[in-house]
Amino acid sequence: MKAVYTKPISLTETANSYCPGCGHGLVHRLVAEVIDELGVRERTIGIAPVGCAVFAYDYFNFDVTEAPHGRPPAVATAIKRCLPDRIVFTYQGDGDLASIGTNEIIHAANRGENITVIFINNAVYGMTGGQMAPTTLEGMKTTTTTKGRDVKVAGHPLRVSELLSSIEGAVYIERVTVIDPANVIKAKKAIKKAFQNQIDKKGFSFVEVLSPCPINWGLKPLDALKFIKEKMMEYFKLGVIKDSTNSKESK
Amino acid sequence: MNKGQKVNIEKEKCKSCGYCIHFCNKGNLSLSKAVNTRGYLYIEFNDKENKCNSCALCALMCPEAAIEVYKEEKK
Repeated sequence: MKAVYTKPISLTETANSYCPGCGHGLVHRLVAEVIDELGVRERTIGIAPVGCAVFAYDYFNFDVTEAPHGRPPAVATAIKRCLPDRIVFTYQGDGDLASIGTNEIIHAANRGENITVIFINNAVYGMTGGQMAPTTLEGMKTTTTTKGRDVKVAGHPLRVSELLSSIEGAVYIERVTVIDPANVIKAKKAIKKAFQNQIDKKGFSFVEVLSPCPINWGLKPLDALKFIKEKMMEYFKLGVIKDSTNSKESK
Repeated sequence: MNKGQKVNIEKEKCKSCGYCIHFCNKGNLSLSKAVNTRGYLYIEFNDKENKCNSCALCALMCPEAAIEVYKEEKK
């Protein structure tokens, strides 16, 4: 029997602590597969955020450090500048990246740091119990917006990818999702490109993944996938938002 | 580890999200009646009619990386 699919070496044997149907596990797997395929496992350093992915160091079979509360881009900057031959990426959720650490991500992008950022957008604060995040959709019920998000009070959902696309230093920004096999393949392609950009010294690459959070949305896993397709993808449009990798000289 | 089956499921890692059942075109996957040590129903592979073509969509959608897929080698 020939192996068609086996677990990537860049994932440990540890069973993850995510809820059933959570998109984190899927994206972890995709990142691990990409690292394996690029053959850079021995020189990869990941930076985990605060949030559900805080234990990412237990699941990835390479060096991972931890910088809570939106600071991974700052730590990634330091690591990449001290050890330029390493492949440095941050893995952040929307509470971490779009709310607590908005400042960090904007300035890291503006400096054009040669790092890769994986941004998980599930429209909610997962670990703390389903509070409203900046990315929560209008009218969406969370534990802090029990009648649905009122844009007059809380503002409109933040489109981080579009926000960053106006920054000169960001060279590659794409929004993908993991709701079906076709989209998972596209997501993997985007993640691979974001890492390849770093290897080619192209600069700041950013991949936003619309990811299901069935537990905090109060939906069954398959209904959560449907929610992304019908509601989230309407507001957060998929696709390449910025790609200036071909026009930009390597740094 | 390959045990001679086309689809191997690590039942202790499974959390019964059902993504693999939904995306299997052949209807070869189903939920177990028993639970694993973490209290989840797990996925069972049953290819009685030999319909599985090792497309690996189940493994592609598994958030736990609990599924391995093998293919018979051509002789």
